[in-house]
Amino acid sequence: MKLEALLTAASVSALAGAALLAGVTPVSAQERPIAFTGATILPMAGPAVENGTLIIKDGTIQAIGTDVSIPDDAEVRDAAGKVIMPGIVDTHSHIGQVQGADRSAPIQPDVRAMDSINPRDHSIDKARAGGVTFANVMPGSGHLMSGQTFYMKLRKVDTVDEIAIRDADGKMLGGMKMANGTNSIRERSGWPGTRAKSAALVRQTFVDAQPYCDGENKKRDLAKDALCEVLSGERLVHFHTHRADDIMTVLRLRDEFGFKLLIQHGMESGDVAEQIANAGVPVSHIVVDSPGGKLEAMNARITAPADLERAGVLTSLHSDDPVVDSRMMRRQAGLAVRGGMSRDGALRALTINGAKQLGLDDRIGSLETGKDADIIVLDGDPLSIYTKVLETWVEGKLVFDMSNPEHAPFATGGYGTASQGRAMHHLEHEAQAMEADQ
Amino acid sequence: MSTKQRFIVALGLAGTALALSQAAIAQDIAVRGGTVHTMEAEPISDGLVVIQDGIITAIGPAASTPVPDGMQVLSAEVVTPGLIDAHSTVGLAGFMNQWHDQDQLDKTKPIQPELRAIDAYNPRERLVEWVRELGVTTLHTGHGPGALVSGQTMVVKTTGDTVEDAIVVPVAMIAANLGARSMASGNKTPGTRSKQIALLRTALIDAQNAAKNSADKKSDKAAKRNLTHEAMQDVLNRKVPLMVTAWKERDILNALRLKDEFNIDLVIDGAADAYLVTDALREAGVSVILHPPRARQFGDLANASFDTAAKLRDAGIPFAFQSGYESYVPKTRVVLWEAAIAAANGLGTKDALKGITIDAAEIIGVDDKVGSLAVGKHGDIAMFNGDPFEITSHVTGVVIEGVVVSDQPR
Repeated sequence: MKLEALLTAASVSALAGAALLAGVTPVSAQERPIAFTGATILPMAGPAVENGTLIIKDGTIQAIGTDVSIPDDAEVRDAAGKVIMPGIVDTHSHIGQVQGADRSAPIQPDVRAMDSINPRDHSIDKARAGGVTFANVMPGSGHLMSGQTFYMKLRKVDTVDEIAIRDADGKMLGGMKMANGTNSIRERSGWPGTRAKSAALVRQTFVDAQPYCDGENKKRDLAKDALCEVLSGERLVHFHTHRADDIMTVLRLRDEFGFKLLIQHGMESGDVAEQIANAGVPVSHIVVDSPGGKLEAMNARITAPADLERAGVLTSLHSDDPVVDSRMMRRQAGLAVRGGMSRDGALRALTINGAKQLGLDDRIGSLETGKDADIIVLDGDPLSIYTKVLETWVEGKLVFDMSNPEHAPFATGGYGTASQGRAMHHLEHEAQAMEADQ
Repeated sequence: MSTKQRFIVALGLAGTALALSQAAIAQDIAVRGGTVHTMEAEPISDGLVVIQDGIITAIGPAASTPVPDGMQVLSAEVVTPGLIDAHSTVGLAGFMNQWHDQDQLDKTKPIQPELRAIDAYNPRERLVEWVRELGVTTLHTGHGPGALVSGQTMVVKTTGDTVEDAIVVPVAMIAANLGARSMASGNKTPGTRSKQIALLRTALIDAQNAAKNSADKKSDKAAKRNLTHEAMQDVLNRKVPLMVTAWKERDILNALRLKDEFNIDLVIDGAADAYLVTDALREAGVSVILHPPRARQFGDLANASFDTAAKLRDAGIPFAFQSGYESYVPKTRVVLWEAAIAAANGLGTKDALKGITIDAAEIIGVDDKVGSLAVGKHGDIAMFNGDPFEITSHVTGVVIEGVVVSDQPR
């Protein structure tokens, strides 16, 4: 390559990097407007729009409605008979071969999920095929604190830097994964052996961090840096918790330390829905096909989302992929409806509610002018088992297209579509059990 | 067990008192459906099924099918035969997933065909109730994955307080398992695919040798019995099929080779890569109990697909659906919801329904009793308030041999 070409390449990548850092959509984003016409649009910010038009440009939504003028230069895509809704927001996922803390200690806030993610892994292709456009990708729950989670925009890119979602300052976003109950209890030195010890270890950790966060002893400490972000409310805590009493413990810890909290899983959250609602805490819930499999899931029931909805809890649904396949997110909403949740509530639980929980609702989760053009095109009712995701768009780019023979196999599986990762999950023995299952 | 058989057993074993209490249970009921899927012919619009003494005595359009005086009539939007799960471990594997409720696997030896399912089945298990309330009335359940030959399976109804109440077929198949999930750990055997087949062949040959020795001995000297050999001889004598769980294409072909070598009845189970070897499966004339379509696509199931059932149908290979075995959350799948995924991925509702009713009954050998709605068959019914495969529909009622076993929407 000639020097001139090298320089050009360097400056282009520098530009792209600057754009990324500034939180701006990369320059390569779609510049020609695209107009989807004739669709039933479910914006999640108001009632359904029949025979609606949606216009996207530069990766964002330009217009939505029935009385929208289509720009002369727009690419018009006939979506008559189809349903368009926001891309699915998965508030708890383990796609992309993610890892987190190792076995050395129960509390490892310095560990980042982003340092393990492979954006080329087929688990992400499959999630796109299922209409997922955003995922909170997390370390497992085998620790009291297993590390920093990674908020992933499912762009079709090559590096973790490009797949990250960033704030206005260019900082990659994510939360902090915590857990209580049985997953993080182990017979190992330094680890908790009981629920009370689990709480005590977490409290001591926060108590130790408080002076550091107040500016004392400023020799830099990576773990405490992350803890300060938790204590300041900047970094959301994703707290894996199942049993009703464990949920109440989490609420107690939140009251003591003031961190921003999202209850994850909450198998028995329906049983303490009033208490959760009164605490003003949201829940990211998983619905499963049968009770049991572990003692904390003995009371799993499909009525929990309905109970939470009735109590007024801001509720999202998640996959916990690979516990539930990312492509089954719409089915999660269907199960919630079977259990009594409203259809609208279940659709919001797939989209805008998760965005609100993560503080990203100014950008994702609903179809509104100015928001990211993260949309999915379906061939029917989103809650029908027969309905297919035809297209998935992230920031104005088509990342899954059922009519593309290279993409279509990810919608079903088949030879060569498997994740290169292990069936990573919460605990080593559980991961092994799940793998042994395969 | 049919009502009639149960009645006879009750008389024979427990005398008149028990017989009277059995007879006191209402086993006469009629079920009317907006659509009745008989699985014998095209669905009947506004159909009626009459069940007397646990057995279907009439079926047809409601307008022309009389209901006997005083008989209770249930109704539902959609009526199907009670659903059949063609392979499960429910009842041996319990929902707590603790050592004390996990009886689907003993790992002390790699080959234990003598382990009987009837000695481990818990009819009161929560998961039996769970699948029953979701329309499953017949289960092919038994020993699970994790050992080369893990034991026997059986067919039960999802009802009863004892295994004797529940049994339809006490020994249905012998469960063999190939591939990664059934390797022994550490330096124990088997540790490779080749070794798995060598051990299986040896076990069958040992059973052949034992039979030969026994035949050679003088009749006045009884041969020493060996339960392992006896169970394997039942396979060799084609009294019981060998159900081989084989995921990868080479595991499937290995199992077909065993069938050829020993002339045994073989059922292929799991079969994640089945779509790669449809010609071989069809030529071998075997049936497939297909993995749950939503089974996680990792490990030996890395290449599994939601549309394999459609490919088997297109290739003319008989198949049925199963819930399989789950080691974690959720502790069981529900065969209705698994067939739904295949229905939505090329198979269609009609063939998917066959895979959890009549086709499942044929593969597990109980199609003379269950699997379709026809006069003379068991009065096993599932009721729905919409398309059975839509996740938002409910199962509104379940009837087993004329007895309402669930009447709450699920």
